[in-house]
Amino acid sequence: MHSFMRDLTFLSKLKVCTSVGDTTDLYCTDMSRKVELSLLLYGLLLSSMGEEEGLHQTQFLDTMFVRGLKRKCFDGEEDIEGTLAGIKAIPSYNLQRQSLLDMSLVKLQLCHMLVEPNLCRSVLIANTVRQIQEEMTQDGTWQMINTQSTGQASLDRLVSTDILCRSSRDQAEGKHVPAYGTFNKDFESDQAQDSSETMSTASSVQAPRNLQSNVWEMENPQENKGNFQKSLDQIFETLENKSPNSVEDLFSEVDNSYYDLDTMLTGMMSNTKMGHCDNLETFSTPTNTASNSNCKSDLNDLDHIVEILVES
Amino acid sequence: MLSDRVGFPHKVFGLLSKQPKQNTWFQRFPSLGAGGGNDIQWCFSQVKGAVDDDVAEADIISTVEFNHSGELLATGDKGGRVVIFQQEQENKTQSHSRGEYNVYSTFQSHEPEFDYLKSLEIEEKINKIRWLPQKNAAQFLLSTNDKTIKLWKISERDKRPEGYNLKEEDGRYRDPTTVTTLRVPVFRPMDLMVEASPRRIFANAHTYHINSISINSDYETYLSADDLRINLWHLEITDRSFNIVDIKPANMEELTEVITAAEFHPNSCSTFVYSSSKGTIRLCDMRASALCDRHSKLFEEPEDPSNRSFFSEIISSISDVKFSHSGRYMMTRDYLSVKIWDLNMENRPVETYQVHEYLRSKLCSLYENDCIFDKFECCWNGSDSIVMTGSYNNFFRMFDRNTKRDITLEASRENNKPRTVLKPRKVCASGKRKKDEISVDSLDFNKKILHTAWHPKENIIAVATTNNLYIFQDKMN
Repeated sequence: MHSFMRDLTFLSKLKVCTSVGDTTDLYCTDMSRKVELSLLLYGLLLSSMGEEEGLHQTQFLDTMFVRGLKRKCFDGEEDIEGTLAGIKAIPSYNLQRQSLLDMSLVKLQLCHMLVEPNLCRSVLIANTVRQIQEEMTQDGTWQMINTQSTGQASLDRLVSTDILCRSSRDQAEGKHVPAYGTFNKDFESDQAQDSSETMSTASSVQAPRNLQSNVWEMENPQENKGNFQKSLDQIFETLENKSPNSVEDLFSEVDNSYYDLDTMLTGMMSNTKMGHCDNLETFSTPTNTASNSNCKSDLNDLDHIVEILVES
Repeated sequence: MLSDRVGFPHKVFGLLSKQPKQNTWFQRFPSLGAGGGNDIQWCFSQVKGAVDDDVAEADIISTVEFNHSGELLATGDKGGRVVIFQQEQENKTQSHSRGEYNVYSTFQSHEPEFDYLKSLEIEEKINKIRWLPQKNAAQFLLSTNDKTIKLWKISERDKRPEGYNLKEEDGRYRDPTTVTTLRVPVFRPMDLMVEASPRRIFANAHTYHINSISINSDYETYLSADDLRINLWHLEITDRSFNIVDIKPANMEELTEVITAAEFHPNSCSTFVYSSSKGTIRLCDMRASALCDRHSKLFEEPEDPSNRSFFSEIISSISDVKFSHSGRYMMTRDYLSVKIWDLNMENRPVETYQVHEYLRSKLCSLYENDCIFDKFECCWNGSDSIVMTGSYNNFFRMFDRNTKRDITLEASRENNKPRTVLKPRKVCASGKRKKDEISVDSLDFNKKILHTAWHPKENIIAVATTNNLYIFQDKMN
């Protein structure tokens, strides 16, 4: 039984610092929300794969990774089904590798949304993803994930894509989203209206979505929603892809003009001007609405234009 | 007195320091003159910048560079401004301290631009500043943002011509018939005015973000490097540049490596190096071919299999490469260490110094919060005996190559009384934390020192925290 209140409490305590210093990335509050989102996502994926006690999962990850590549093949398979709840176990190698892969994919995708993505960073993350996938292919883990019941994987997919997509759709429709902590019925009925990727049964997803939507509510629509949705779909599709060449798929052309890697990596995809948001606060500070409103009008205009472009 | 002679070498120097400091050669190169045991004691000298904790993004310092004499110190920030500090002439009466650095000139070097073709904003952040050697009264520097390099001339004006009788006070020309005498204007002193003017603008040559510029030892050409290409320019010619390195693959899907830094050799005008995100350094000779895609030397250290992890490649990515002043060695900075390479030996560095090895167990968290992608710089001292680099928590580290000793210091306003000796800091990696040590978990990863510079001749260092510039000097008696 997933206790999502507990997970959320844990997630809210995840302490993350952004680089306020000298990065070539243009982090603004919108970006910080997205990174926060990616953490939530990654935390959720972890939780959905197995219960973890304790507040510091990243510390477990650190312990795990510092050992180098000590594989626990046997442990790995057991852990994927579901770990021993309530025990402070160091997560299995496969679990951690999967988390790292997911985190990297989200990072990679998010960084495409920046005005000027840092090419070095993108390349390094992409190489990490490639490395993990190669290893998983060699392992046979890749095949295993594909052949096992896709319930879990699709849950992940639903969780991730729907949260992210829904949040963007929310903003487009200007929906009022119920506040954090209320699992109310009309929220569920709202969901019933969603066409694609509706979470039918996973009530567990409601709570994180609540929180996430609440977070996003405060934000202005800053994304090229269509692109974001498309590319994320693409990413998660590749996770389930039978062929192990997912990394190439990540970069492969779905639509010539939009998905050319060159243009992707040089930020052509992201048409929104994040540059005008000049607050680079860490996202532990919630009071960024002031700066957001400065971006709002610019971004609303751009959004409109971009929507037209996407639909064409 | 005998008792004055016994004791630490710097006390001996103190005894002999009745005359001004420049005259005594061992004041200039204390590490050469003193012999063993002469560890420098670093003291706070000055701090520049706002005091508030609320950092305005435009004030974030993005580069620091001394000029060739050390008299001028330039900083660039995220807002596209360059601030130049000038060292005061040394006060003869105050022989125990060197001149202070005061603001000499401030100018807006780059403005934010918008690339309409790609719908992208071009940041005005100054990525690098490099000084040209002084040839006349004026000073010249190159400053660059992601796309455009500019040559700035900084000149002083302390006289102005006065005595024209052709114009009225308000500047209107007088009626010629009223002019009865010919008066030659004379120059009269005025308040010093420092003017900065852009003399050349080198634009539109880089598709990707410029990360390095380096002036050749011929003082006529320079290189600029972005993520995938390196261009060679002539300082006088702005509409043309030569591409000398191009690592862009035909198919961008195959891209796995980018250029992270590049520098010309200090003495050999046909030699330069560039570092990559895979931890390799390539030395190229421009005489070999027009396009130096094939390296003359490849410097790479084989990976340590016991330390292998998914983050191995990321932490091996080189963030800075600097030649020693002598030109015999070069130093590279990757995420956890500083390596000194002998140009004659390609298969491994001659020295390796761990900057913050305690972070190795935290790599996943650092990957998560993106700190693992921070690009730290490194620098040599004037005599190539000590190297310095920054870390987190406003710590910076120095490694003495001769004594093999290292020290960790902190740039903070807490010790901001001039001539306060800085206390060495220590990070406790694990286990019991001793008094005065800091545990890894309480390090502030928002406070990072990415940019440091060492005066070319003296023991004066400039250390940039997020929005403050600290100047430290060695203790002189």
